[in-house]
Amino acid sequence: MKAFTYERAHSPAEAAAAAMRVPGSKFLAGGTNLLDLMKLQIETPVHLIDISKLGLNKIEPTSQGGLRIGALVSNTDLAADLGVRRDYGLLSRALLAGASGQLRNKATTAGNLLQRTRCPYFYDTNQPCNKRVPGSGCAAIGGYSRLLAVIGSSEHCIATYPGDMAVAMMALDAQIETINAKGKARSIPIADFYRLPGDTPHIDTNLAKNELITAVTLPAPLGGVHIYHKVRDRASYAFALVSVGLILQKDGTGRVAVGGVAAKPWRRTEAERLLPDGAKKVTAKLMAGAKPTKENEFKLALVERTLESVLKEGKG
Amino acid sequence: MKESKKLNITRREMILGTAAAVTVTLTSGTIDQVGDLGAPAEPRLVNHGVNFSVNGKKHELMLDTRTTLLDTLREHLNLTGTKKGCDHGQCGACTVLVNGRRINSCLSLALQHEGDSITTIEGLGTPKNLHPMQAAFIKHDGYQCGYCTPGQICSAVGVLNEIKSGIPSHVSQDLTGQPEMSNMEFRERMSGNICRCGAYSNIAEAFAEVAAKS
Repeated sequence: MKAFTYERAHSPAEAAAAAMRVPGSKFLAGGTNLLDLMKLQIETPVHLIDISKLGLNKIEPTSQGGLRIGALVSNTDLAADLGVRRDYGLLSRALLAGASGQLRNKATTAGNLLQRTRCPYFYDTNQPCNKRVPGSGCAAIGGYSRLLAVIGSSEHCIATYPGDMAVAMMALDAQIETINAKGKARSIPIADFYRLPGDTPHIDTNLAKNELITAVTLPAPLGGVHIYHKVRDRASYAFALVSVGLILQKDGTGRVAVGGVAAKPWRRTEAERLLPDGAKKVTAKLMAGAKPTKENEFKLALVERTLESVLKEGKG
Repeated sequence: MKESKKLNITRREMILGTAAAVTVTLTSGTIDQVGDLGAPAEPRLVNHGVNFSVNGKKHELMLDTRTTLLDTLREHLNLTGTKKGCDHGQCGACTVLVNGRRINSCLSLALQHEGDSITTIEGLGTPKNLHPMQAAFIKHDGYQCGYCTPGQICSAVGVLNEIKSGIPSHVSQDLTGQPEMSNMEFRERMSGNICRCGAYSNIAEAFAEVAAKS
């Protein structure tokens, strides 16, 4: 690990201002992904701003009937919150399908949103990777791509967003609240939060430099049946090959978001409108334009079959 | 130094001595920031203070900012019961309890634990006064080589508390109900602890015995 200076921030605005003051700094919350990447020198911040004691660990109702989740609420606490379990079951289920018990105790809501890809070539510093070293090339294209993206990728990067929680957040239309170094707050719809790689695969999200996430808000509960189905190489503690988050209403309408297929949780509202017509039609629309590799083309069939399965389960 | 004394040195003393020598070399360096033109200044070595308690004992430490909680326990406090396996949060050998909750101590900086209360395998019980989970692991032969065992035991104690406090898991059928103290629940919740000897079934039996008594 490269050496770094360290400070404990006392307010969100102070943390954002510190990030502006010290170029090459990073916020440290749970640290479960950042420290892993720092040990491998994939991330090399010169300064860490510890935000873990900012008190952003509350889950509160909003005036619109939704929930405001503090950026530092742990994955365990969010999944176990009674209101989330009752009204946003999809979110609990997605969180519980991810990582291990130890990691969920430490990892935070904002940190989970910002976790980086698990593309093996991003992790292997001997290999070229445009996400890790812009302009160095992509060893994943033509390489071992079984786990990687089938849609929304570019000639520069086929990495996937690895998380589960954000797939549920995408289906739930979460808003990401932030503050910048000038103390200005804004709210970003999760649909506009993640970026596709294009020719800048090293930039994962549309957060501005030094912008700090303070909370994630959920709109009022949608009702319906909530199901998160994650297909992976082992039964627990593995990243998704494909995951499907479904909210299904009694009339057959609903929402669907898919993980493990793109650089962001994948959702298309035009595909959702076809939910009453079944998995085949939804998948055709949802995955139109996919460019899989030979190794990962199975994911297209897997999305359809997993959706078929959860639709059947949802209809009981 | 006499040759005979040299040979008497244990492997651990040898390793600690080497680590100390390295530390001395590093601390003789500068703590000023140095950097190439245009690049962010790169600090060489920075120390920072932290206070926390381990197994009920308070510690006030000055550490290289990079020091993980795991390395602090093993190398600075000589609590070598907590093991370093993968050092990347994948194996669970480094599991300790922080404020009653299990975490991977390898993926946490010591500095993140200001004011925290940490419990390691040494703090759960002693050879003369074993924690029920330690006693059950011995009774059910819940290990072979033993390297993952401290992490397995700390994790199992954490799981017991998590189920008791109603935290659901991936295999909980009813999300809003009280999770069961079942074998399936235990197996799912322990997926972050790897045992290369494959003592899983005996570990599960040890847990089941403690769970039934609690």
